[in-house]
Amino acid sequence: MTRRFFVVLLLLGLIAIFANLLFNYAMDSELNQTARYYAKHTATDIGAANIVTAIIVTYRGLDTLGEVTVLFLTASIIGLVLARSKNKAQADAQPTQRSNQHKTRPFPSGELLTTGSDLLVPLILLLGAYVFINGHLTPGGGFQGGAILASAALLLLLTNPSRHFSHQLISKVESTSGLIFIVLGILGIFFAGGFLDNRLLPTGTLGSIFSAGIIPVIYSFIGLKVGAEFTSMMINLAETEKKQEKNK
Amino acid sequence: MNNILIGIAILLAISMIGAAVVAIRVKRPAIAILAAGMISLFASILFLFLAAPDVAMTEAAIGSGLTTFLFFFVLGRVRGDEHD
Amino acid sequence: MSWVALTTGFILILIGLYGALTNRNILRIIVSFSIANTGVNLIIVAVGYMASRTAPILDKTVAPTEALERIIDPLPQALVLTAIVIGVGVTALMLTYAFKLYEVKGTLDISSYKELKW
Repeated sequence: MTRRFFVVLLLLGLIAIFANLLFNYAMDSELNQTARYYAKHTATDIGAANIVTAIIVTYRGLDTLGEVTVLFLTASIIGLVLARSKNKAQADAQPTQRSNQHKTRPFPSGELLTTGSDLLVPLILLLGAYVFINGHLTPGGGFQGGAILASAALLLLLTNPSRHFSHQLISKVESTSGLIFIVLGILGIFFAGGFLDNRLLPTGTLGSIFSAGIIPVIYSFIGLKVGAEFTSMMINLAETEKKQEKNK
Repeated sequence: MNNILIGIAILLAISMIGAAVVAIRVKRPAIAILAAGMISLFASILFLFLAAPDVAMTEAAIGSGLTTFLFFFVLGRVRGDEHD
Repeated sequence: MSWVALTTGFILILIGLYGALTNRNILRIIVSFSIANTGVNLIIVAVGYMASRTAPILDKTVAPTEALERIIDPLPQALVLTAIVIGVGVTALMLTYAFKLYEVKGTLDISSYKELKW
């Protein structure tokens, strides 16, 4: 009972702080200094129509590098933590029910589901590629496109839970695109203004697909990397589930 | 036009708060997870009204789609411990 | 518009924290944290909003020369985009450890985890 009392007390304190913030809030009437710099210089310096993309990939590219590193660490920690339990489950399952595992498929999915997913997966992959290639022109970009790519893998996983995904392929895509991202950033030091500078390629005219220098290339590789990381997270979580169910 | 948008935003806000209350009070975890996914989906519409299409896309694809499925993968494994 | 989003964000944070502090099931605690996460993102985006301005994308309707008067602050949006992606990573990590705890203990109730209690 005292625990709940302290929780309510804490929340009341937070309500006081939040109410203070809310009633003293006044909407800005003009951009602050940083935003004014971005609004004024993005079109001429970067050449990207989408200013948010320009900030993410070029102005604060180092942040994004850290972000994909955090995602990579998360995906690998999940793989590491779940790999142990997977091995244990496998070792437990092996002696008893190894023989009849191959014949019985747990959930045979219907004809409609299989055909529908075969039809939809290429379209979803195409949409993901469209979203991250056009990241510098329209809303969207590597992270959204990567999530769409991962959702294609999710659809395959849902229609056929016993499908085997190649971990080798996923990790190769992941590490290759990460490596290219960093190499492009380092090339910027030698051939342009600095690390992750986008003027490695000509900036082109604002609004065309080949513009904004190297931003579309970098964002495409970020998309592939993020898609591979999300896919490996999901597959790791889903595969352990399979092993567990077999175990019972 | 602007009034209609604000009306829709208030409606979304009320349903988000309602879904949040449902998510922390309801007995079955599956409904709590779905309510959390619904909050993310409505938040992405609110982001669109706040003139942030990039964030809206990210929230709809990642926050509402992938997170919900990650929760369900784990929920499928800890089944049998559904009621707390 | 931003008032609605700010109020909703604050209420979502409060509900999420209340749920995280009072629930006993680890899965429910993680759900509460993700609700609070959504609330924080809403507040950050709402702070960057300005009335009668449009999204920070330059095209036919917003020429680069008049961007200063027409667009809203792009920086909070970039930050929130990062925060959402990191948020799903953190949630996935929490879920993985919740599963490991379940494997060891056979339950998700935090009142049965007594190893570090004195």
